[in-house]
Amino acid sequence: MTEDIQSSIEGLKQHMIFLGTVVEESVTTAIKAVRTLDNELAEKVLDGDKKINSLEVNVEELCLKILALHQPVASDLRFVITVLKMNTDFERIGDLACKIADKVLLVNRTRQALGSSSPIIMPSEFDEMFETTQNMFSFCLDAFVREDSDLCYKVCVMDNLVDEAKRAIRIDLEEISKNKPELQPYLPMILSVARGLERISDHAAHIAEDIIYMLQGRIIRHEISI
Amino acid sequence: MKNDNRNPIIAIEDSIVQVRDLNLFYGTSQALFNLNFDIPRNKVTALIGPSGCGKSTFIRCINRMNDLVACVNINGSIQLDQQDIFDKSVDVIDLRRKIGMVFQKSNPFPKSIYENVIYGLRIGGVTEKPVLEEAAELSLKRSALWDEVKDRLHQSAMGLSGGQMQRLCIARAIAVSPEIILMDEPCSALDPRSTAHIEELIRELNGEYTIIIVTHNMQQASRVSDFTAFLYEGELIEFGKTTDLFTVPVKKATEDYITGRFG
Repeated sequence: MTEDIQSSIEGLKQHMIFLGTVVEESVTTAIKAVRTLDNELAEKVLDGDKKINSLEVNVEELCLKILALHQPVASDLRFVITVLKMNTDFERIGDLACKIADKVLLVNRTRQALGSSSPIIMPSEFDEMFETTQNMFSFCLDAFVREDSDLCYKVCVMDNLVDEAKRAIRIDLEEISKNKPELQPYLPMILSVARGLERISDHAAHIAEDIIYMLQGRIIRHEISI
Repeated sequence: MKNDNRNPIIAIEDSIVQVRDLNLFYGTSQALFNLNFDIPRNKVTALIGPSGCGKSTFIRCINRMNDLVACVNINGSIQLDQQDIFDKSVDVIDLRRKIGMVFQKSNPFPKSIYENVIYGLRIGGVTEKPVLEEAAELSLKRSALWDEVKDRLHQSAMGLSGGQMQRLCIARAIAVSPEIILMDEPCSALDPRSTAHIEELIRELNGEYTIIIVTHNMQQASRVSDFTAFLYEGELIEFGKTTDLFTVPVKKATEDYITGRFG
């Protein structure tokens, strides 16, 4: 029997929240793996990617089913379209968490190959970047669940903080490269982690913009500079 | 909801009909409440709303079909080309020549296809055969029926399919070159293919005629119309561009109705 549109929309929302929490867990674990250079945590992130991919396909199928069977309009249409777009962002954030986890494995492999025991110096801006990126994604999920557009605008503002932190990290890494030549092999990997986090925050900002469209019907992309 | 009818009249650049403070009563029962809006010229305007909300009552005001109902009392005005259609000086026959109508159930006359199409012209006094033949061909072509009936124009219209009969009624309506075509649920008795034909036809006529269509089919309203009016319990709740109304409706009642939460 065909579900009514409200039940289908509610079901889709639950699937999306579940996918969101799995992706959030993946990002948190990837960050923890970077902080501790823990191979086990990094492997956990990589193992979880299949699950994210499968959940993404599932959400997309649900969206297509609702579009085909119910031809939603107004808030229902905006919801389904937003979920379709967020779904892609979620999956890409999952991929980026994997790339970050990959770098942890690469750093540890490089250290082993070089027989190095000197500590890896992470620029201090990483702390802010870790926290802000995680918060941005959590706020997106909260905004989606609580239908809170104020939180979305906050996420858009936070994206600028992450961009600034990444710029500062790049400058710090150039300094480290000059002062600590023994760390040079790791610096591209560390920069790559910063780039991954920055891209995660970009996706979170896109999600926030899409949720604003879902809630208010306004497309704010390219429109505002916060 | 009764007191929620304070929509500012949406500015329509080129409107053909201006509805002002329109109230309609069936005896003591009020069916339309203080309607105020403009209908854009040569565009398709859809009227949506639950059964009994006054959609059909409203379009029957435009060609004064409600004159035929004894207990109807109307106040307010409907201006067509700067003239109030309720004015005593208005010739109703002339008004109905300007405003064609297509009904839910197709109603061809028990005559030939050709005679059906030219019926309005004959009544209007046109007798020249070449003029009538040209009008019949043009109207049938515009209603996308010509290819299907050109070889049997003088056969009975009653032998056509439901979808063809409805297109014949549209051809009959446009043969007299009306300014406005009113359509009261023109596809509700048709199968999806015939419905698609009629919808395509509406889109083709868009730009040449002002079409006002009553429909219960939300998807149809969103597919064929440029503007949509949502009526509820005799009041105009929202009127605007169809793309806006179906993506970001302003009123909660509109949102609830088009998403199927009530009605």
